[in-house]
Amino acid sequence: MNRPGWAAAVAVLMAGASGSHPTQLAAQADTTIAQEGLYNRPFIASLGQTSIGGYVEGNTNYFREEGVSDGFSMELRRFNIFLFSSVSQRVRFLSELEFEHGTEEIALETAQVDFRVGAGLSFRVGVILPPLGYLNQNHDSPQWDFVERPLVSTDIIPSTLSEVGGGVYGRFFRGPFTLSYDAYLTNGLQDGVIDNDVGRTDIASGKSEEAFGEDNNGSPALSGRVGIHHRVWGELGISYYGGSYNAFRLEGEEIDDRRRVSITALDFGGALGPARVRGEVAFASIDVPSGMVEVFGDGQWAGHLDVLLPAWRPRFFEYADAVVLVGVRGEFVDYNTGTFSSTGKRIYDEIRAVVPTVSFRPTPGTVLRLNYRYHWTRDFAGNPTSRLAGFQLGFATYF
Amino acid sequence: MRARVAALAPSVLVLMSGIAGCELLTPDAPESNQVLDGPVEGMTPGQVRLHILGDEEFARRFAISDGLGPIFVATSCEQCHVGDGKGHPSFNLQRFGRSTPDGFDPMARFGGAQLQNRAIPGHEAESVPVGATGLSTFTPPAVTGLGYLDEVDDATLVALADPDDRNGDGISGRLQLHEPSEIIRTVLDLEGQSRPDPEAHGTMVEGKYIGRFGKKALTVNLLHQTVGAYHEDMGVTSDLLPEDLFNHRQGGRTSDDVPDPEVGSSTVANVVFYLKTLRVPERRNQDDPAVVAGEQLFETIGCAACHLPTLRTGRSEVSVLSEVEFHPYTDLLLHDMGPELDDGYTEGHALTSEWRTPPLWGIGLQQDFQGGDVFLLHDGRARSLRQAIEFHGGEGAASRAAFRALSNDLQAQLLRFLESL
Repeated sequence: MNRPGWAAAVAVLMAGASGSHPTQLAAQADTTIAQEGLYNRPFIASLGQTSIGGYVEGNTNYFREEGVSDGFSMELRRFNIFLFSSVSQRVRFLSELEFEHGTEEIALETAQVDFRVGAGLSFRVGVILPPLGYLNQNHDSPQWDFVERPLVSTDIIPSTLSEVGGGVYGRFFRGPFTLSYDAYLTNGLQDGVIDNDVGRTDIASGKSEEAFGEDNNGSPALSGRVGIHHRVWGELGISYYGGSYNAFRLEGEEIDDRRRVSITALDFGGALGPARVRGEVAFASIDVPSGMVEVFGDGQWAGHLDVLLPAWRPRFFEYADAVVLVGVRGEFVDYNTGTFSSTGKRIYDEIRAVVPTVSFRPTPGTVLRLNYRYHWTRDFAGNPTSRLAGFQLGFATYF
Repeated sequence: MRARVAALAPSVLVLMSGIAGCELLTPDAPESNQVLDGPVEGMTPGQVRLHILGDEEFARRFAISDGLGPIFVATSCEQCHVGDGKGHPSFNLQRFGRSTPDGFDPMARFGGAQLQNRAIPGHEAESVPVGATGLSTFTPPAVTGLGYLDEVDDATLVALADPDDRNGDGISGRLQLHEPSEIIRTVLDLEGQSRPDPEAHGTMVEGKYIGRFGKKALTVNLLHQTVGAYHEDMGVTSDLLPEDLFNHRQGGRTSDDVPDPEVGSSTVANVVFYLKTLRVPERRNQDDPAVVAGEQLFETIGCAACHLPTLRTGRSEVSVLSEVEFHPYTDLLLHDMGPELDDGYTEGHALTSEWRTPPLWGIGLQQDFQGGDVFLLHDGRARSLRQAIEFHGGEGAASRAAFRALSNDLQAQLLRFLESL
């Protein structure tokens, strides 16, 4: 892979920022561990043991690809409602209902019950979010200063990935360090990984509502994450998700080979000088039927790096903590890591993008963000790059 | 408070300027002579709409649950014809058959003539059966400008044919002729319903129909070509070819689980309209002296006898395609290319060494659609224009010899001309 151009952009931004901003604008260290993201949400009202909350996000879009634009449009991307209940001293319940694009897509993203034995061991069952990477369990839009989720977290890790299952999690403490672990069995992805209208291996198309009712192959997926968090430096996590995705059995008879999808991810986040840094890289390995190889890749990988700097703390009405952040995201995704049998050359099918952002947070739970995205696509054969660029102005707030 | 609101004003101004500057910071369209796709100029808004609908269908990736397969080569039209240009070798078609005393047998009982080298889960991809004596590889052709070729009257092709070389130029172009069949009659009838001069197409010569599209002119018009590609390349059924392909080795009539037809007649019609209304490739460096000189040499050494520079359309229901001259560098006829290009495979009444003259327009941009390389001739065996010329035998042998006799500078001029197409 060529040295990514965005790496230079990040370096320039960091160098410029560290030289021009006073130290009081340094980012605050993220003291929340990734595992706690699900419960680290504001809840606006409570009735007895039950609390309610949620978030809403919307944005505008103006993009042009090779001189062609569909013009300016607006979307209300998500309206999500949380319901939390502290059922008893050791039992708690959390749910998240998502309305995407109005009522175009309604999904129960989370409905989990936790039973706490101790800090080192809790059990979790229900509709859960497998702990693959960072974003899947920390996907609330108001947490992010970019309108779009990183491609690694939508196309390789198919966030938001919700599955029925259960498992254990816990954490251990030593000095400034916290070690967290998660391990779950869930119904897993389904045939859409290759039976899709994307025309390539598409892990996100393997998500299916039907999996909330039953697994398509009776063979659960295994997921897990281990994270090490330092109170000042931040967190590093490694995670895995793997299982069979195809219906290889019908009425007890083997009708096909058992084919697996495995995803390994490395995520990190923390403070680097005055900057907040978050990144993730994920590698996927997919068993593809012999009759579909090359067109459908058996390997994919992607990564992103976000760097954010607090640039200005304006006195803005009554908001004492208002802050303007500037930042940039660099990202890359390779949808097919294979080579052509006909020519011996590599298969491309890749996207790289740079996304500068300016965001304004009057409070930590509300964000107004302006993104410029420049996006290069190389097709399957590696033909000249197609360019897309545009602006997005978005908002997101917890309520 | 007033001061704070005033402080916001510059931000709003910056934002408004940013939105106004959207066009400045987003990529412009590439120069039109650097790409092949795009509609012909001058269509009505309604025709442009149909073109776009067809374009979307051309790009549509078929899922298994949409009807892809059970055996197939590609998942969409666009996968083979990237940017409407020539395709990558990974989507080459393979066709096979065997020579018999009664003629060429396309081995339909064994899955011929076209091999589907990919299959959906639960099905087996095909392989070339034992007994095949001819196997040919077809690189996906560019589809740009096809509407112009479709609108050339049959009478023009009949007049161009010179099977007995009566003019003595060593070139004996033949019409591809096909025995009447239900599918040929149907596609000619359907297309004829909208033509202003239906009698100008579907002419019978010696009791057979004229083939026009494909490496050996297998199909008679764009509708025929389109339903055939849906069926043979993607395993997608239509009203005209409603039965799925199946691998004979796997078992009798093993189909997919999607009701047929898997695409409707309006979808097919829109794709045909899209193909019909694709613009012709624009030339580059047309006035460069070397290119002008190369064009002269192209005529002088006889290339233009088969790669006919200019054709004219007949009357068309799409007014912008009606009675216009265009420059495809083909005569749409079959020519014997000698043993150099004889794969032992054929279609219709063509000899195994006969190939329909491929249009040369757009050839100078080919590397932009084949991953930076060039794969020329019917099977991509030639990796440069020079190599492609060197493979010309048979009726092309004299031109090849004349090319070889040119000085290096003159050869370079000829190649510059080809690159300008």
